[in-house]
Amino acid sequence: MSTKAVSTEVAQKRLRRVLIVGAAIATVWVLLPIYLLFVNAWSSQDVVNAFPKSFLPEMNHESLSFLLGFDGVLSSLVNSLIVAMITMVFSIGLGAPAGYALARYDFRGKGTFRLLILLTRAFPLPLLALPLTVLYIQLGVDDTLVGLALVHTMLALPFAVLITFSLFSGVPTELEEAAWVFGCTKVEAFRRVVLPIALPGLAASAIFAFVISWNEVFASSVLMIQNRTLTAFLLQNLDVSPMHMKFAGGALLVLPAAAFMFLIRKHLFAMWGISNR
Amino acid sequence: MTNKSLPYCLIAPSAIFTVALFLYPLSLVALDAFTSKSGGYSLENFQVMVSHWKFGTALRNTLLLTAVVVPLQMVVALSLAQLLTRVKSGRDTLLYVWTIPLGISDLAAGIIWLGIFEQTGFLNSALITMGVVDTPVSILGFNDTFATLVAIVMAEIWRSTAIVLVILVSGIGLIPKEYSEAAEVFGAGAWAKFTRVTLPLLRPSLQTALILRSILALEVFAVVAALSGTKFPVLMGETYNWQFALQDGPVAAAFALVILALSIGVTLVYLRWLRVPKGAGL
Repeated sequence: MSTKAVSTEVAQKRLRRVLIVGAAIATVWVLLPIYLLFVNAWSSQDVVNAFPKSFLPEMNHESLSFLLGFDGVLSSLVNSLIVAMITMVFSIGLGAPAGYALARYDFRGKGTFRLLILLTRAFPLPLLALPLTVLYIQLGVDDTLVGLALVHTMLALPFAVLITFSLFSGVPTELEEAAWVFGCTKVEAFRRVVLPIALPGLAASAIFAFVISWNEVFASSVLMIQNRTLTAFLLQNLDVSPMHMKFAGGALLVLPAAAFMFLIRKHLFAMWGISNR
Repeated sequence: MTNKSLPYCLIAPSAIFTVALFLYPLSLVALDAFTSKSGGYSLENFQVMVSHWKFGTALRNTLLLTAVVVPLQMVVALSLAQLLTRVKSGRDTLLYVWTIPLGISDLAAGIIWLGIFEQTGFLNSALITMGVVDTPVSILGFNDTFATLVAIVMAEIWRSTAIVLVILVSGIGLIPKEYSEAAEVFGAGAWAKFTRVTLPLLRPSLQTALILRSILALEVFAVVAALSGTKFPVLMGETYNWQFALQDGPVAAAFALVILALSIGVTLVYLRWLRVPKGAGL
């Protein structure tokens, strides 16, 4: 073996070691804070406030049941769920047809429409909740779950349009045309050919919309006074709630979102790869 | 229904919705900000905003956070994305674990890091147990803004680097292998391949990631609120205060316009700086 081959082999080994150490550090960096949240959330008040703290959870549900029993928390949890579900339905219901039109048709104004959708991404959309507080009072929909869901739909809609656009672009036109040849109407061809292929991706973008709404803090806190969502409840009570309650609340927020993201992990990259362009 | 009208019927719902819940509220914010208490157009709200003692600090803190967090997380995400291209097995698992924070709300992220940085939190517990300090250090207290800044930066990088990673990994996936093979044929080393091939071809993804993250960094709010309350003012937090606690919508609207202007400014800068020449895309 020549010296050059030996030195590249040494370099290869060193590179592998760097890769493994780097990957390990990144993994610990991501997972450790989440683990510590659960240590905090699954410990009683006394353990949470003890010092120095134990790095193992006490496996005690006291903090969590205290939070859930606290006036307004359970209803805020239900509110969060309802708003997120309405957002999911609205954003896919509005966004998927537009995504289909962008993928299948050339029409005048297509560029303008795309620009409008892309433009929304250059703005901090939650700020738009400010004028809506007044407008909603005039319309009589202030402090309603649907009113908040409309704002959240505006947050999720650009993603829904761009993601469904890339989804439908991935379904070959020939399949649809073949269905027409065999006598399907346009609607039937869509329902029986395109939809089954696009369904997993549609479900993934629906879940993405759910998570956007579930996690949103600013608009929820500004718009909801009585009918608070979980994020609004936690934020508005930040300076008065004891530590163990904050941690239990944090865990309550993290769990469903993390579970949902796990479900759609495979679609994440396809969704982002194309909505880039 | 004719073929010609079909696409318009399909985009109409989302177009109308976007006009009603994006363009219309946007014009309302601008109108509110320039309307004085007595009715007419004026800069009164901006004068109130600028003369408030927290405005300068909030503006500085927001810009500082953006300027520190976004470049740092770009470097971290680029390194991780490069690392992933060399990993042979377990790539999907690593990717999944590293993108978990994507599903975590900024409020929850703030609470998570509060548990670490608070005076009786995990960091101080570890430092005491290891004998590094004798008494717990105050990190998020009034007396040390720099430590608070570092804590917020860490929480923000922890939470929001995942989205950059996803964008960059999908972008790298779109670069044909032939380019880097060709570079190798011409004798390019790993670093030359990265700076001369990967980075230029990754420009559209870098642009998307930078725009998205800078806008989100300018509207940083819940992480700061959870970690430091009102001790570390930021623009979005002040907007919330004027709207919610002080019940002064017009001044809140003025704050909102400042954030909007910064976001558009940043977007334009990136669009120019990382312009993708027409026809040069993949």
